Amino acid sequence: MKKKVLTVDDSRTIRNMLLVTLNNAGFETIQAEDGIEGLEVLEGCNPDVIVTDINMPRLDGFGFIEGVRRNEKYRAVPILVLTTESDAEKKNRARQAGATGWIVKPFDPAKLIDAIERVTA
Amino acid sequence: MDMNEIKEIFFQECEEQLAELESGLLKLNDGDRDPETVNAVFRAVHSIKGGAGAFGLDDLVSFAHVFETTLDCVRSNKLEPTQDVLKVMLKSADVLADLVSASRDGGGVDESRSRSLVKELEALAHGGSPSSSGHDAPKPAAKAAPAPVAKVDLPKPSDDSGFQPVPFSFDGFGEDDEPAIEGSVYEVSFKPRRELYSKGNEAALLLRDLSRLGEMSINCDTDALPTLDKMDPEASYFSWKISIRTTRSEDDIRAVFEFAEWDCDLEVKLAEEASSNEELPMVPVPFDLSILDDSAGGEDEEKTAERGVSEETVAAAVSAAETASNVSRTARAAERKESAAAAAAAQNNAAAAAAGAGQTIRVDLDRVDRLINLVGELVINQAMLSQSVVENDATGTSAVNMGLEELQQLTREIQDSVMAIRAQPVKPVFQRMSRIVREVADMVGKSIRLVTEGENTEVDKTVIDKIAEPLTHMIRNAVDHGIESPEKREAAGKDPEGTIKLTAKHRSGRILIELADDGAGINRERVRQKAIDNDIIAADANLSDDEIDNLIFMAGFSTADKISDISGRGVGMDVVKRSIQALGGRISISSRPGFGSTFTMSLPLTLAVLDGMVVTVAGQTLVVPLTAIVETLQPEAAAIHSFGANQRLISIRNSFCPLVDVGRVLNYRATQANPVEGVALLVESEGGGQRALMVDAIQGQRQVVIKSLEANYTHVPGIAAATILGDGRVALILDVDAVVAASRGQSMKPEMSLAATG
Repeated sequence: MKKKVLTVDDSRTIRNMLLVTLNNAGFETIQAEDGIEGLEVLEGCNPDVIVTDINMPRLDGFGFIEGVRRNEKYRAVPILVLTTESDAEKKNRARQAGATGWIVKPFDPAKLIDAIERVTA
Repeated sequence: MDMNEIKEIFFQECEEQLAELESGLLKLNDGDRDPETVNAVFRAVHSIKGGAGAFGLDDLVSFAHVFETTLDCVRSNKLEPTQDVLKVMLKSADVLADLVSASRDGGGVDESRSRSLVKELEALAHGGSPSSSGHDAPKPAAKAAPAPVAKVDLPKPSDDSGFQPVPFSFDGFGEDDEPAIEGSVYEVSFKPRRELYSKGNEAALLLRDLSRLGEMSINCDTDALPTLDKMDPEASYFSWKISIRTTRSEDDIRAVFEFAEWDCDLEVKLAEEASSNEELPMVPVPFDLSILDDSAGGEDEEKTAERGVSEETVAAAVSAAETASNVSRTARAAERKESAAAAAAAQNNAAAAAAGAGQTIRVDLDRVDRLINLVGELVINQAMLSQSVVENDATGTSAVNMGLEELQQLTREIQDSVMAIRAQPVKPVFQRMSRIVREVADMVGKSIRLVTEGENTEVDKTVIDKIAEPLTHMIRNAVDHGIESPEKREAAGKDPEGTIKLTAKHRSGRILIELADDGAGINRERVRQKAIDNDIIAADANLSDDEIDNLIFMAGFSTADKISDISGRGVGMDVVKRSIQALGGRISISSRPGFGSTFTMSLPLTLAVLDGMVVTVAGQTLVVPLTAIVETLQPEAAAIHSFGANQRLISIRNSFCPLVDVGRVLNYRATQANPVEGVALLVESEGGGQRALMVDAIQGQRQVVIKSLEANYTHVPGIAAATILGDGRVALILDVDAVVAASRGQSMKPEMSLAATG
């Protein structure tokens, strides 16, 4: 069965890149545009892994991760954070919120797939 | 979708983000302190940077990075967004926009400008936050391997000797010689904490990744495992000791645990060859990856039960340690089976929700244009069909006629809908203007704010594209000539900061764009003198204030004593007027000395169709734009008054209005027609004055498809365009303003020569 990835990113460019990359790599991809929508879509989409951006309108990545980790049903789903900053502070905050790992932008398809492979069986 | 298409999307998105950025900054400039505004501004730059990084647009990334860093200071309240700060930021937004277009279309940017802004931004960031040191070099890559950062946070190896493992590579020594025993042996001790599991990491997966680095043996320490009744299913009880032979460095090994290093105790050290082989403290067991092949929780649990927790196999141990996630997996699996249908439905909803967020499609403009053209032909065809049916069936009650009426209505609706596809808000053009105001005001040392209103007013895209240039020119004029210097303003008791207001609104089927400044207004004495000097008007001409103001639209008129860099680029307001007229629009000015001037442009919503009155003049069929006509009337002999040599007036409700014989102005006939035999169309000309246009007869009111005369023939004075009527004949569309102007005694000569040279 195809692995299912939920991506949450407000940038249309990045959403399209994620979509193309993940589909090419044989994943089923579901997309949301911000944290609020991400949590809405999460219900019933049952992803194997979540990839989320940090800076988003309405609900940012930290809030979204916390939301997922509070969700009884989906709290064990691995979450990868897309982050432009290599600075430890952002990564740390994402980790404290419950992120499993991160992918440092600039967006690189190989890195993305590699990170997903690392956190999924 | 390929990368080029995504890149195209990226540039489209950049446009949107830049617009967002600018409007956000302007809001901040107006005193808005809503954190969400700051966030939106930050996000805009951040998104541009993120996308630019993916496409390797390094210049863009490095500038965006500096900009973003400074914005982050504002976001975290380290930097107060004062007017001065925002000034730098608005300029930075301009440079960012330049960089985006340079990346898209090639070409360079003003490097010195961007460099000086980078310095200013950095100064702001540092000044605002002396403590923040996180200004890493604005390299797009940001590829610094996380491992070195991690090292700092990791518990130091217990080895106090300070021994530093030296990573080395055997790549240089022919690999074929001793491939089997290449590499060094590392001992890895790994003890996860419960957080590791609660964050979605898995010990087994980490070990799997580690196993890819080389040949390894694993020992699992299960001593901490309590009895079942005391066991917390979500706790972590196991730790592992791994001995791995690899050609990779210690950093590579640590990189495997990159995601988990905060949530485990990890030690990696280079083992001494001899001891590692002989004195392993525990019995090595093969690492069983099979549990990873099947993620169905139920089976894992069965395995766990079968083998028992005491059995020293890594697989079982991992399974047990994993109970937490397994429990949820089992729950998930069970639910999946029970309510597969419900889940599918929910998923559909989710997908619908995702799709509902932005219900737009992007269509190539050419396709829309083709559609519009076809609909135009359809309208003509339908009109021709109607006409021939009417001609052949005088009764007018047949089913065919009814059907035709419906067809007409449908055609009209189709046309409106197609036009709506092309309709776009004027916002992007208005936003461009704010940049021009900023730059020009900076150049001439004035302080000016641009207020925009009605940015969401929609108008045909071609109108938007063509309005930008004349509008830019007018804005430059307003900044350069309209608004006074701060000193003069203060002396006049005005706010030293000038205001330019740009408004768009719909008014009876047209779009009205107003540009108002609160400057000094038109200096009528000077304008008048200049017009006399330049032979535009006679020295003794008697002109109303309005008429004097409108003299600035005359060809060859410029009040600026010297040509300035900004607005005196050899184009006068006459060019502006001509381009507005080419769009089927009108422009006029009203001015109050000391209080400023207002330019009003009235433009058609579309350049494709026109509601017109079909009239005959001297045997020719003409179309008069309906928007120009105020009323029609049948003149009576008593209402006509002669005036001067050739002029005639018509009295309408106690006021006199000049009578314009269209046939005479267009040279259709040599002598003036008798007004009593014709019909008068009362029109409003751009100066605000009314004129009565004399035509021979009115045929009816019709929607016509505009066919450009210039594109197919050449410009004809007094004629705006042409159209094809229902009977297949070509009819000319009257340029009401040009005809009125041509009839205006004094100004007739220059106006006509202007039209002729156009």
